Amino acid sequence: MRQELNLRGNQALLARANPLSKFAAVFLITAVLALSIDWVSASVALAFEFLLFPLAGLTLTLLWQRGWPLILAAAVGGWSTSILAPDSGRTLIDVGIWTMSEGSLELGIGFMLRGLAIALPAVLLMSCTDPTDLADALAQKARLPHRFVLGTLAAMRLVGLMAEEWQTIGMARRARGVGSRGNAVQRLKATLGQSFGLLVQAIRRASRLAVTMEARGFGGGRRTWARESTFSALDAWVLAGGVVMAGTAVVAAVSLGTWNMVWLGS
Amino acid sequence: MGAPSRHEASVAVRPAAVTARGWGWRHAGRAKPAVRGLDLEIRPGERVLLLGPSGAGKSTLLHALAGVLGDMDDDGGDAGESDETGSLLVDGAVPREQRGRAGLMQQDPETQVVLSRVGDDVAFGAENLAVPRDAIWARVHEALDDVGLSRLPRDHPTSALSGGQKQRLALAGILAMRPGLILLDEPTANLDPAGVLEVRDAVGRCVDKTGATLVVVEHRVSVWKDLVDRIVVLQPGSATEDAVLLDGPPDQVLADARTMLAAAGVWVPGYVPGTRARSGNPAAGSGGLLLAAENLAVSRERPRRSGFRKVPPVPVQHDISAQVRAGQALAITGPNGAGKSTFALTLAGLLEPVAGKVSATLDLSRGAGIDPYKWKAEQLIERIGTVFQEPEHQFVTGKVLDELLFGPRHLGHGEERVDELLERLRLTHLVDANPYTLSGGEKRRLSVATVLAAHPRVLVLDEPTFGQDANTWAELASFLSELLDSGTAVVSVTHDAEFTAALGGTELRMAAAEPVAP
Repeated sequence: MRQELNLRGNQALLARANPLSKFAAVFLITAVLALSIDWVSASVALAFEFLLFPLAGLTLTLLWQRGWPLILAAAVGGWSTSILAPDSGRTLIDVGIWTMSEGSLELGIGFMLRGLAIALPAVLLMSCTDPTDLADALAQKARLPHRFVLGTLAAMRLVGLMAEEWQTIGMARRARGVGSRGNAVQRLKATLGQSFGLLVQAIRRASRLAVTMEARGFGGGRRTWARESTFSALDAWVLAGGVVMAGTAVVAAVSLGTWNMVWLGS
Repeated sequence: MGAPSRHEASVAVRPAAVTARGWGWRHAGRAKPAVRGLDLEIRPGERVLLLGPSGAGKSTLLHALAGVLGDMDDDGGDAGESDETGSLLVDGAVPREQRGRAGLMQQDPETQVVLSRVGDDVAFGAENLAVPRDAIWARVHEALDDVGLSRLPRDHPTSALSGGQKQRLALAGILAMRPGLILLDEPTANLDPAGVLEVRDAVGRCVDKTGATLVVVEHRVSVWKDLVDRIVVLQPGSATEDAVLLDGPPDQVLADARTMLAAAGVWVPGYVPGTRARSGNPAAGSGGLLLAAENLAVSRERPRRSGFRKVPPVPVQHDISAQVRAGQALAITGPNGAGKSTFALTLAGLLEPVAGKVSATLDLSRGAGIDPYKWKAEQLIERIGTVFQEPEHQFVTGKVLDELLFGPRHLGHGEERVDELLERLRLTHLVDANPYTLSGGEKRRLSVATVLAAHPRVLVLDEPTFGQDANTWAELASFLSELLDSGTAVVSVTHDAEFTAALGGTELRMAAAEPVAP
């Protein structure tokens, strides 16, 4: 997990853009897709997203490794919509209570494509945005309080350690005779105890880290930034790209007559 | 602002002076003060080694000098008010009001790193002191160079550093603030011998170069003796006695008070505390076989899921074979990262082998099956007991006595042994205390006692002597030698050659793990 999130060596174009412009572009696209369940706007956006993958240094294999739960969820969502949605048009499959018609299939595919088109930009964003750069941008450009932003950033580093700590505490407790196997109640009890142990360790670590940060002068008034968060021409292109993608998706869907506002029903 | 001059990048710092006058500090929620009546004068540029038994308030003093005492106690508790008496000044002013004048390094390397990239982490302190950007990077490069990490790229991930490298990185972060006072709180307690020297030498170079005042707290005098020019021995302060017990040049203090320091548990150079000798020949193969590892490959990681596929972990070490015999000591040694602990945990039935197998003989398993990893927790603890490096990981109750009774109660027998263990490991006066509030040595003794309360035939210990003072060390070694004589097998993962020698037995030396191509 930690290794996969490590972006060092990602020299892709989008990795050099400012995180805020990437966020804005992703927000635009997902906002438009959230408005309508139709397969045209979703597939247009999806097609654009696949074109962008190389620019974010993402390959299909990497995408599957990082985003498989989202992809599976979209597929399952599409499948259940197509068999459960009200039928219209010719019936394609009829197995007792489950029927799939042309209308419900179209809705299901629209649902699945939309799920993917909304989820993939998040995977894309994660894979080309370093948390440190994001923090710099949030504090310097979005003017969020630096105490909060840097505190969160430093704490996130401890989350990776917690995973290791969890495993160690689990073993240490087994060595004391606390079984993590057995029936559901026993397992739940063991997990609660282990969580408590982890909590204690997390608090200790966090307070030591806080001392370290304070001893390095953190928490005072004015501070400077070793890394300047900047906007460049690339960020204008990123924003423009977001607008074009969102716009094309809407125009294509409206002109093909599939635009289907969520709250208007079908 | 202006461009940074070359001069700014290499100027020596103005060393700080420390003055304590009747200074005392009581932590919030504690009845007794941690420090009481401290009178101490440290001149600018002096290098001081602070010694003293645990509870003498060494860490408290360092935290106070760093200006971080009070709002962030290590226990996180804030019950009631803390209490300060007398005065403690750095350059004639209160430390809290002089950000960046002092830099503090603590024990746990993981919490000395703030950010995830090497360059950013070093820059962090300088940023907080509002140093102009160009000057920061000049300082970062110089600091990384001074601690010997200049070969690392600036965006190198800090998570990929060893413990010794993390501590050197922390030192670089401190140097980049250009402090006049460098405070080190047991900076090498969690490191292997190579890491200890790495950090000690980096500190020496940096103090030589900057001329900053240095205050180090450490148990291991031999490591720091030649680097400091003064040793101050603290004692738990009382109403009648001075907090400073001894003060003077290293050789003089060590000559005058060698015996007394050794008695107080300080590791004075050239002194190995006496321990109980093993009876008979400890290397003799008389003991029956209890546990065997055959061609074992070990890893802490579980099989990874990549999409639908299950990928087995890359073992940190493979083809290890070893035998554990009753009444025999087995020491597992080797450099950090060689997979010693991982091997020991696999041997102890806590990790699943990646390849090869661990088998218990009938003598040990007594009907529980051949593979210790498959045993139930209750079956495991009366056969193989494991003492972890960090005692707190194993505490499961809120009281010392309950902690000891926990194993026997689960097993339904053995409660009568608890009193004897309490007595033997000097914990009787602490039965009602909360395990988390004990001192380092007490925690170690308790963690050994709790595991032994279940009466295992095999005892596995992970770095049992790390960070321990000489007294706890000697007690532990003597106690284990008794256990060995009574037929228990003792497996210890250790860097400590004297400890290995004290227990005798065989040594399994593991080579540094080779990077395996995935």
